[in-house]
Amino acid sequence: MKTRNHLSNVGIAHQVEIISNGLLDIPMLQILSPEGQVHEAATEPALDKETALKIFHTMQYIRVLDERMIAAQRQGRISFYLACTGEEASTVASAAALSPDDMIMSQYREQGALAYRGYTTEEFMNQMFSNEKEPNKGRQMPIHYGAKEHNFMTISSPLGTQIPQASGYAYGQKMAGKEAITICYFGEGAASEGDFHAGLNMAAVLNCPVIFFCRNNGYAISTPAEEQFKGDGIASRGIGYGIKTIRVDGNDFLAVYAATQKAREIALSENCPVLIESMSYRLAAHSTSDDPTGYRSREEEAKWREKDPIARMALWLTAKGWLDEKANEKEVESMRQDVLQELKRVEQVPVCKIDEIVNDVYDQVPWHLKEQLTELKEHISKYPEQYPKTSGRIN
Amino acid sequence: MATMNMLQAVNSALMTAMDQDERVMVFGEDVGHFGGVFRATSNLQEKFGKGRVFNTPLVEQGIIGFANGLAAQGSVPVAEIQFGDYIFPAFDQIVNETAKWRYRSGGQFSVGTLTIRTPYGGGISGGLYHSQSPEAFFSHCPGIKIVTPRNPYQAKGLLLASIRDDNPVLFMEPKRLYRASVGEVPEEDYQLPLGKAEVVKEGSDITLLAWGAQMEVIEKAALMAEKDGISCEIVDLRSILPWDAETVCESVQKTGRLLINHEAPQTSGFAAEIATTVQEKCFLYLESPIARVCGLDTPYPLAHEKEYMPDEFKTYEAIKRTMNY
Repeated sequence: MKTRNHLSNVGIAHQVEIISNGLLDIPMLQILSPEGQVHEAATEPALDKETALKIFHTMQYIRVLDERMIAAQRQGRISFYLACTGEEASTVASAAALSPDDMIMSQYREQGALAYRGYTTEEFMNQMFSNEKEPNKGRQMPIHYGAKEHNFMTISSPLGTQIPQASGYAYGQKMAGKEAITICYFGEGAASEGDFHAGLNMAAVLNCPVIFFCRNNGYAISTPAEEQFKGDGIASRGIGYGIKTIRVDGNDFLAVYAATQKAREIALSENCPVLIESMSYRLAAHSTSDDPTGYRSREEEAKWREKDPIARMALWLTAKGWLDEKANEKEVESMRQDVLQELKRVEQVPVCKIDEIVNDVYDQVPWHLKEQLTELKEHISKYPEQYPKTSGRIN
Repeated sequence: MATMNMLQAVNSALMTAMDQDERVMVFGEDVGHFGGVFRATSNLQEKFGKGRVFNTPLVEQGIIGFANGLAAQGSVPVAEIQFGDYIFPAFDQIVNETAKWRYRSGGQFSVGTLTIRTPYGGGISGGLYHSQSPEAFFSHCPGIKIVTPRNPYQAKGLLLASIRDDNPVLFMEPKRLYRASVGEVPEEDYQLPLGKAEVVKEGSDITLLAWGAQMEVIEKAALMAEKDGISCEIVDLRSILPWDAETVCESVQKTGRLLINHEAPQTSGFAAEIATTVQEKCFLYLESPIARVCGLDTPYPLAHEKEYMPDEFKTYEAIKRTMNY
């Protein structure tokens, strides 16, 4: 790549030629056709049966979990949920291409990556029911997962804040001599935030081994990508920042897997960021608080439903002779049962004791918070029926 | 008069302002065709076109920076920040730019036509990042006004006054009341004064002061206290900056006691500023220390939301403590 970051490197022209948008035309890597066949010109990444099935089952599991949890939200059992339907290949296949030591910094639609790392149904539920067993101690809304043992940084709601943080985390990994990188997931809407620009620029300049993984799913709540940015998607921005970039078909798990594997190799060996733009579609609503019928057509959704990444992968597995349809049906059914049973069980687990309200604000509880906790406990003891979640466990 | 909820009242104010002045523009994340996440801007794009009502990219600092430029040029921007929690990326644009524009240019330029609308506050299972009440951060910043309505009638009248005020206004909408608070709202144009508190109910023993959604809380607490024979005067501050010290002090001089309730954490919350001023101006009238019933000095938690809230029971207890001091 030519670098022209100073006057001394700039070539000279003698005519006024404004460079037009569209000069860059970044193609999209597709290995698996929508019909589930490997393109002739494509190189199929090496993938053993076990890994392939793990990817597939994780994708199916996440869809089951999403469906069940949306229903649970509708029944008023949890307050909020955010599904990743249609984007399962994007997050699961990318996570599969990583090492478990790599840090995941996610936005909020990457439950597939976490599930791939072994987060259990019970752990998902504990978080969503904000109970005393979950590591966030019931402080955050549902879907704000975090798991230190899985190198999955706890999610924060403000959009895009994880992007510059990922650059910093990756720089730290490099300085500590770790054989690990950071992957940072975000949506194309978040790429409008100032944090995106700051994070990419710093990663490029400071040579941070980080993969920026943009899920371009077409909508930022109700705002379509066309009203969010101009130019050739998010990929062109990576190039603008001097970052190695690839665009992939986000509904093609092979393309996502191959690209992420390559990106990781480059990030680690060359100590530099890589941007992946994964082109997909948010088949689900933005969240359970959203209603996409207010801003997009059912026809548009139906068109994308035909590109279902799970169905596409199933065709590939079947062609390989790796998928036993009946056994798979059983497996999906058992996932459903597992989710239902855990749901019923976990919703009975109480929330943390009230003492947790003042913990973790600082490393130690300062005097004013101790005082506030004492007053609060006295108050709850006086009105136990008003604070039923905690009044029975004051001491 | 029509019956409206707070969202409809906000919508009616925007409709009125846009009808009356074609310089008024409404924009922010999802505010266009969709009408915003809470639907406060519904039907505006259909009526006034995409030039005046539009979606912006997801970038709060950009929204306010853009709004500053628009206002400096002579438009009347009404910019929406989708949740008060997400106003912080725009903090620099508001605190260093919006608020100082007129002062730094010796009055040559101003962004006084700017209004920033944002939903704030908890009680909606929003957890850490959908429940904050950031008014105190902005109250420390000279050059902007801060306004909070308590019901649909106030929302329309105060929003219209904010849009037409020649100072930048941060208009904070209590989202817990968006659909919960319903009342009579004139369909025609009207304004309520900025910088003016309202005595909602007269009383003689103690002044209860709050704003926005916490008004309901002090009203409930007052009903409980009145059963004990305590007469509460209820004051809605309405404008947090500049705040109406005169009305508040007059009330305290009459009752001799003051309780301030706000949802934001107590330390450096706006109650601290009010308490200091009242203590300076009304020291000899005070029968007991000024009471504060506020959020805890922790982030706003999800599972312990009920416990965190400065609710009517905590307020009622504080009233009794103040009375029995």
